[in-house]
Amino acid sequence: MTEWRPTAGDRARRARAQLYRDLRHFFDEREVLEVETPALASHGVTDPGIECLPVTGSGLLQPSPEYHMKRLLAAGAGPIYQIARVFRAGEQGRRHNPEFTLLEWYRPGFTLTDLVDECLSLLEGVLANNGREHWRYRQLFQRELGLDPLTADTAELAECARQEGAAPPVTERQPLLDWLLASRIEPALPRDRLVVIRDFPPAAAALARIEADPEDAAPIAQRFEVFFGGHELANGYHELVDPQEQAQRFEQDRRIRAERDQPDRHPDPFLLNALEEGLPDCSGVALGLERVLMCQLGATDISEVLNFPFERA
Amino acid sequence: MATYSTNDFKGGLKIMLDGDPCSIIENEFVKPGKGQAFNRVKLRNLKTGKTLEKTFKSGETVDAADVLEIEMQYLYNDGEFWYFMDLETFDQKPADEKAVGDARQWLKEEDICEVTLYNGDPLTVVPPKFVELEVVETDPGLKGDTAGSGGKPATLETGAVVQVPLFIQEGEVIKADTRAHKYVGRVQN
Repeated sequence: MTEWRPTAGDRARRARAQLYRDLRHFFDEREVLEVETPALASHGVTDPGIECLPVTGSGLLQPSPEYHMKRLLAAGAGPIYQIARVFRAGEQGRRHNPEFTLLEWYRPGFTLTDLVDECLSLLEGVLANNGREHWRYRQLFQRELGLDPLTADTAELAECARQEGAAPPVTERQPLLDWLLASRIEPALPRDRLVVIRDFPPAAAALARIEADPEDAAPIAQRFEVFFGGHELANGYHELVDPQEQAQRFEQDRRIRAERDQPDRHPDPFLLNALEEGLPDCSGVALGLERVLMCQLGATDISEVLNFPFERA
Repeated sequence: MATYSTNDFKGGLKIMLDGDPCSIIENEFVKPGKGQAFNRVKLRNLKTGKTLEKTFKSGETVDAADVLEIEMQYLYNDGEFWYFMDLETFDQKPADEKAVGDARQWLKEEDICEVTLYNGDPLTVVPPKFVELEVVETDPGLKGDTAGSGGKPATLETGAVVQVPLFIQEGEVIKADTRAHKYVGRVQN
C-alpha cells in the first residue's frame, strides 16, 4: 500500500512552528527584514557541487535564494533574511532531502567574524549546547591529520587519505580535501559544542572573497561553516562583490562541469548586472533548518522532521 | 550490462565490486559543504559473505550484479552436485558444494529453498527455516523423561546433528529450526 501518512510526528511539527517563531523574533529584534524571492527562475547556479532541478520549459528550481537576495542587497534593501524552500537534485539520504528549508540572511557592513558571532548567537538560542569552539580550516587539518591543506601536494593528500583507511574514490585536490573533511575530521568533532571552521582553501571559496592569510599570505577563502551534533548546519561567506572575479568563477565552474560531464549552466546575467551596479560590502549565511530540528529532537533521519519526505511526496 | 548510479543505491541492491557480486546493506549520502558528494556504502560480498565498507563518488556508476533470489525445490544429489528446480519454469540448476555449503545437512528432497543465482548459477542456498526430519541415530533415552530436562545428540536423515530431549527415539520425525540449529518439537504422525 502506498503509505500516505506523514513521517513527522506532532512533536516535530510543533518544534518547527516554534523554531520559525523564534527565528522571526530574533531577526525582528535586530531589525533584519523578512523577504521573499522566487523558487523557480530562469538561471541556476554554476557550482559543480550543486545540481539544480529543471522544470521543463520554465527554468530551474533554486538551490538557494542567494542570487536573488544579492540583487535585493544591490537594490539597497539593507539587512534581509528569508526562510526559503530550496531544491537540489540527487541529494537524498539520512540527512538530505531534495527539497528542504534554508534560513538565509545577509548583513551589509558585517565582517565574517561579525556574522559568525551572530550565527552562533542565533544557534545558542535554539540548541542546547556546551559552548563554542573556533577552528581555522588549516589548523584543524594540522591537528587532526598533521598536514597543511593549503601547501601539501595532491600526492601527500592521497597518501594521507590511504593511511586513514579506505581508499578515497577521488584523485583531484579539492575533492580529496572534501573527503578528508567528511570522513576523518567531521566525525572527530565534539557533538555537544557549536564548532566553527573558517578560512577555507581558495578552491572551496564558492561565492566568498579570497584574501591573504595574515600569517603567510597564502590565499584563503573568507568562508565559515558551523557543525553541531554531527551535522553541518551553516555555511557563510564574506561575500564576493567584484563582478569580474564573479564572472571568472562562473567560467571556472563551467570548465569543471564540462570536465565532469555535468550539464552546463549559464552565468546568471541578472546577478552579474547587479554586481556591476554594486553589491554593498556584506556577509551572508545559509542555515539548514531540518538539521537544526534534527538536533533539537535528537532525530537520526531527516524524515522525522519533514511531514512528507521525497519518497512520500 | 546494466549499470546503477549511486542515486539508485539502497539496501538490497546487487552490484559488482572488484569482480564479486555484492549486496548493499546500508547507503549513506555524505556531502561536505558545497564540495564533492560521496556515498558511504556498507556491502556484503555474496561470494564470501564478508561485509565491507566503500566510499563512492556520488553520481558514479557501477555494474549491476546479475543476481536473483528465487525459491527453488531441492530435487536430489548425484554425489557431485545438488539439483534444484525453478518452480515456475521447471528449469533445473546444479549447485556445487561451495554454493550449498552448510545448507547440505538440512536438504531434504522436495523441500523449498531460497537460492541466490549469480549469472544464472546457484551461488548460495538457504534451507527452509523449519524442516521436518527423521531421527536416524540417537542413544536410547530414559523412559519417563517427558519434561525434556536433559538432552542428547541425534543425527537426522539429512546429516544434521541436533540436541534433542531424552525421550526422542530413532525413527521419530522432529521439527528443527535450521537458523538456530535447534530442535523445536516432535511431529505427530
